[in-house]
Amino acid sequence: MEWFDNFWAVYSNLVLTLGTNSLLALSIYLTLSCGMLAIANAAFMGIGAYTSAILTMNYGLPFPVALLGGMVAPCVTAFVIGKPTLRLSGVYLAMATLAFGEVVRIAVLNAESLTGGALGLNGIPQSTQWWHVALALVLTLVVLWRLRRSKVGRAFESIKEDETAAGLMGIDVSAYKMLAFVLGAAIAGLAGALNAHLTFFISPGEYGFDRAVEILTMTILGGINGLTGPVAGAVILTLLPEALRTFQDFRLVVNGFILVLIVLFLPKGIWDPARLRQWFSRKGSRA
Amino acid sequence: MLEQQLVNALSLGCVYALFALGFTLIFGVLGVINLSHGAIFMVGAYAAEQAVARFALPLWGALLFAFVFCGLLGLAVDVLVLRPLRVRNAPHLIPMIATIGVAIILNNGIQGIFGAQSLRFPPGLVPEEVLTLGGLQVTALELGIIFFSFALMAALLMVLKKTQFGRALRAIAESPKAAYLVGINVEGLFFLTSFVAAGLGGVAGVLIGLYSNALFPLMGQPMLHKGIAVIILGGMGDIRGALIGGLFLGFAEVLSVAYIGSSMRDAVAFGLLFLILLVRPTGLFGRLQERKV
Repeated sequence: MEWFDNFWAVYSNLVLTLGTNSLLALSIYLTLSCGMLAIANAAFMGIGAYTSAILTMNYGLPFPVALLGGMVAPCVTAFVIGKPTLRLSGVYLAMATLAFGEVVRIAVLNAESLTGGALGLNGIPQSTQWWHVALALVLTLVVLWRLRRSKVGRAFESIKEDETAAGLMGIDVSAYKMLAFVLGAAIAGLAGALNAHLTFFISPGEYGFDRAVEILTMTILGGINGLTGPVAGAVILTLLPEALRTFQDFRLVVNGFILVLIVLFLPKGIWDPARLRQWFSRKGSRA
Repeated sequence: MLEQQLVNALSLGCVYALFALGFTLIFGVLGVINLSHGAIFMVGAYAAEQAVARFALPLWGALLFAFVFCGLLGLAVDVLVLRPLRVRNAPHLIPMIATIGVAIILNNGIQGIFGAQSLRFPPGLVPEEVLTLGGLQVTALELGIIFFSFALMAALLMVLKKTQFGRALRAIAESPKAAYLVGINVEGLFFLTSFVAAGLGGVAGVLIGLYSNALFPLMGQPMLHKGIAVIILGGMGDIRGALIGGLFLGFAEVLSVAYIGSSMRDAVAFGLLFLILLVRPTGLFGRLQERKV
């Protein structure tokens, strides 16, 4: 077990980041599966992270309560901004949610007495254990998997395919959209809270535009036809920069190339069972 | 004091408009949110700096070099990345993700080559005298930026409005398929649009590089966010909207710094953006589109 201890000492943060990134990818998958391109997840993650960190640091609350707070705060925010925002569709929704994200980032930056401003919050207790992340991920996967096969999941699917038709069939489109938005915010907040108590340091820069785009990239690259895709995308995008360390200064360049190649050759995402089957059967028939 | 602020706002707004023009052209014609536009902007600034430092080009030569260099870069991105996706009819988010990859390549490539520290243009490249116009202090650079941007934008608007080429481009913006059916060389115009848009982005990069006198690999990212804000303010794909949106953002930022405080600059810009989207989803000047069922 010695090699495992060494491995864990070096890579435990990376492994746990795989889990939180998977949660983030799933959170945006949820809104995408309802046909909404909402990119506020980085902001919800930030709200979750700051809320939970402030709860444990300033009020000394136990970790589970802080986690719960980290989920509830983004939910409430999502509910409040969801009412006016979710009327928008397509690119406009994406841009409004991005703009909201920037507003949140700047608000955190300026609320110095509470959030530490640009310096961030330091010395958050490291309460996140590996099984917390694993449990959160498994629970989220189970809930989303059950959701997909329920009435709610089918409603999401029909809204994604054709909003007008779904409305005409008697589906309460705006209520279901709100549900997807708020649930997505809760998952993102959970990821943020877990992450904050893992890295013990958070700053507003982590939850800006780049993070929002990164989350979207993980999910789209992975594929949005099921739950495997987002998780696969999160794992690959998290591991890739580590695996490319040999390229040193240019490793992120290689990272970018791989991203472009994946998009060019696997347009439906990495997890595209039909195409994978096609590839393997073709190889099989040649052999 | 207020007039002085307005001059600053005008020159800043002009650069925003120039940047957003390329951004909105690509969205209007190709239908792609090009997230590599900020990186191309940065490459433009570096290209001009290198042209001056290595080949001792004068300012106009450096601007031209940046335009052509970035134009070719944009063309390469279109040919190598966006065109294959167009041919395959990829879903509309996919090209955007591909441009994120391009941005990562460019940002980190430049950082790998030139390092993360910031570069400067050699002193004396632009005349540093300060002109006094009716009690206003205007640097030659600010005046140059304002005239140069307006000239470029006016030329572009004229081309789009009056020439056969401009009419073809507007037809493609309506519907690429219909444009193809009436005999317009759609692919050729896509290439040309990519070239011109990226070139304009590069020129904006040079101007900002001169204005702030600091080039660094990630200088394009804040610009990209602002570009997004501008084209939403103006209505996506709308040329005149990009112009007015850019100026509007310039004024909003400078005035909020002057009267509210510098830390709230971005909050004002994006807060406004958020509000405008809620009230007028198609931007200040966008037309309402019929929902297709």
